[in-house]
Amino acid sequence: MTRLTVNNRLMETDAAPDTPLLWVLRDHLGMTGTKFGCGMALCGACTVHLDGVAVRSCVLPLSAVVDRAITTIEGLSPDRSHAVQRAWLEIDVPQCGYCQSGQIMSAAALLHRIPNPSDAEIDAAMSGNLCRCGTYPRIRKAIHRAAELQGAGGGSGKGVRK
Amino acid sequence: MSRHPGELTRRRFLGTAARAGGTVLLALTFPAFGSGQKPGARATSSQVNAWLIIGADNSFTVVVDRSEMGQGVYTALPMLLAEELEISLDSVKVVAAPVGDAYVNAGNGGQITGTSNSVQDAWEKLRLAGAQARTMLVAAAAQRWRVDPGLCHVRNGSILGPAGKTATYGDVAAAAAKLPVPKEVKLKPRENFQLIGKPRLRIDSASKVDGGAEFGIDVKLPGLLYATLVQSPVLGGKVIALDSAAAEATPGVRKVISTDGGVVIVAEHFWQALRARHALKITWDPGDNAHLDNAGIRAMLEKAANLRQGLSARADGNAAKALKSAKRALQSVYEVPLLAHAPMEPMNCTADVKPDGCDLYVGTQVQQIAQTTAAAAAGLDPGRVRVFTTLLGGGFGRRLEVDFIPAAVIASKAVGAPVKLIWTREDDMTHCTYRPPAREELSGGLDAEGRLIAWSLHITSPSITARASPSTTDPFDSVVEAALNCPYAVPNFALTYTRQEIGIDVGYMRSVSHAPNCFAIESFMDELAAAAGKDPVEFRMGLLAAKPRHAHVLKTAAERAGWGRPAEAGRHLGIAFMEGYTTQIAQVAEISVEAGELKVHKITCVVDCGQMVNPRIVESQIESGIVFGLTAALWGEVTLVGGRVQQTNFNSYRLLRGNEMPEIDVHLVQSDAAPGGIGEAAVPPVAPAICNAVFAATGKRLRALPIVGQNLLRA
Repeated sequence: MTRLTVNNRLMETDAAPDTPLLWVLRDHLGMTGTKFGCGMALCGACTVHLDGVAVRSCVLPLSAVVDRAITTIEGLSPDRSHAVQRAWLEIDVPQCGYCQSGQIMSAAALLHRIPNPSDAEIDAAMSGNLCRCGTYPRIRKAIHRAAELQGAGGGSGKGVRK
Repeated sequence: MSRHPGELTRRRFLGTAARAGGTVLLALTFPAFGSGQKPGARATSSQVNAWLIIGADNSFTVVVDRSEMGQGVYTALPMLLAEELEISLDSVKVVAAPVGDAYVNAGNGGQITGTSNSVQDAWEKLRLAGAQARTMLVAAAAQRWRVDPGLCHVRNGSILGPAGKTATYGDVAAAAAKLPVPKEVKLKPRENFQLIGKPRLRIDSASKVDGGAEFGIDVKLPGLLYATLVQSPVLGGKVIALDSAAAEATPGVRKVISTDGGVVIVAEHFWQALRARHALKITWDPGDNAHLDNAGIRAMLEKAANLRQGLSARADGNAAKALKSAKRALQSVYEVPLLAHAPMEPMNCTADVKPDGCDLYVGTQVQQIAQTTAAAAAGLDPGRVRVFTTLLGGGFGRRLEVDFIPAAVIASKAVGAPVKLIWTREDDMTHCTYRPPAREELSGGLDAEGRLIAWSLHITSPSITARASPSTTDPFDSVVEAALNCPYAVPNFALTYTRQEIGIDVGYMRSVSHAPNCFAIESFMDELAAAAGKDPVEFRMGLLAAKPRHAHVLKTAAERAGWGRPAEAGRHLGIAFMEGYTTQIAQVAEISVEAGELKVHKITCVVDCGQMVNPRIVESQIESGIVFGLTAALWGEVTLVGGRVQQTNFNSYRLLRGNEMPEIDVHLVQSDAAPGGIGEAAVPPVAPAICNAVFAATGKRLRALPIVGQNLLRA
């Protein structure tokens, strides 16, 4: 049995230690909001937070996350009230929606680190998240909007709106 | 045992079972999507017609018979019905339709989501369904009150009668469902639309921001097992011998099964199945493709093109004769490569085969074909297979195929449990039904004044339709679309097609032959304009003089992009136009080429798709198509060596990333014309617009795709 903390809850799993966190979440713990896209950390669909930092769960073995705090899309907020989720709904970002859990988790980690990111900072933080539907322009808009919603301005103060 | 604290409850909705009046009403188990829904709510409900279920609590569930793959049908189609039913969109939930005669897409001849025609098919059908339901609800209330229905009217889901009588739709839905369907109902005139044409938020967005949206890969069932499929590394190969002993001894593995499509490993968890792949010992017969490569494919197409005249698909005037009399004649050959759809959700299917039936949970664009495919694999009558369509994590035509279904069904039957079979990204990339390569040979003739008097296009390519429907009498349709529709007024035009198969399965990919056709035609029009000494926009305007709707789109795009005005230093423009899906679209690419390196700065796009249902979704579909087109134009290419696909994941099959996005300016023309398609139309003009801009910048004419990798140093 391996113990891990997901969305502030202590959980146990009998998954083998080399099992990527992605499959532990999806198949063992039944949390399917985190998506499988590539298995090689190339697309970002599997992005979760590990101690508040965005990581690709498809290449992160279970053995590496013992006693670490994991946050998934299901735990970002109980009611879609996180600023990023609110902005995503306001701008109506998703199309097929498959990559959006990963996009949202990357954006939330970015805004946690940089409350009011510039376009260049958004590019740097989000370039690892692919979207085949091409929601990129709306993602950029929504991140700026989320920065407003979470009351940035006292932050880095170098946000550039496009 | 693992605990499953995060398990989300599958949201099910039970419909009524009946078959009445030619409308299929089945016992349905629906996962529902919608904002503000109450999972587990099980109010008594009545199915009023094939598309509408009304709860006694006045909840509205619209049965959507097209698959939601990002294009917005779960919002646009309910809007049509809600418009006539006089209900708020906020109160609407959506469920996916089961297989049923009522759900056939007339434009596609089957229950098929494709060809960008979901709104076109639904435009009358769902407004009529809404109006009929409204009429029946009013009649039921009038009967209850013993008043003339003409004295009743409706407002926001309620019926108001004389003397202050009121009833909700939910109050009378059960009675209404038993009434005959009215034959004559009047649909609202356009000026009375409350929903149609208004920008509305999507119904399905809420579930897509909290992880709750259920794609095929997310299906949960009690006792579910997981499977992986190992397919021949050479396309078309077969298993000769299998030693599965070591794989079967791997932890968690339940069974290894050899099928026509490859070797299936079933395990308790997906990761266990994946790990066991390494322990399999398979001997493959590579089949006929062991030496297939891109040079060979190219040679096959070239040889066929030179040997054969081709079948005539369109003949205006006498192009051959007119070309001979032309003052100046041009000839060019354009080529496009194999492409992979690469939707973000890899192919997957969950099958639950029981002795008396099979339940299939799958993101599919073809419910009926999925049903018959599963039935054949299970050895069941198709009527015993229920298809539950999940959300699709991208379709782009890849999910018009059913090659990921049989192995899941066979595996479920073999182990006597539900099985979710998932392809890896590598499986997906190396076993796609690829967008076919094409060779498009053009001739054009100008008169002394530089007017285009004749042109011809000879296309050589495999036929998707002939593969998918071997009995087809029309092998053209997947090959010549944009050429067949080409609106340019030229007295002599010959369009011919030579079918040349290449040994591997090719499939419909977003915009299908519109993209290769548009690349060839719009690049060649630029060549002709240059030869005639005319501006590319002026040249095309001359060919659209009798078509004001088309001309307006072209002219507006040029104006918005700053055509003819001094450009920023180093920036160059290229234009492309297309008619497709009864939509008119023009794009201008603004680019720079420095030291042979291309940068796309901006795409300006003007669209007239007729009457829009939801302009907000139209705009996002245009953005989406441009991104898809950029990926294909810049990097898109699948290569084969020894019959094996060389691209395996996103590191070798490059997709456009957010930091590589050019600026996009979309302008939607307000139009009263009949609705046109919008999901695919924006893809094709991207490549020719960029290539034409490259010509403006460098004098180099690019006649093959992709662009990146070609020498763009000034000629």
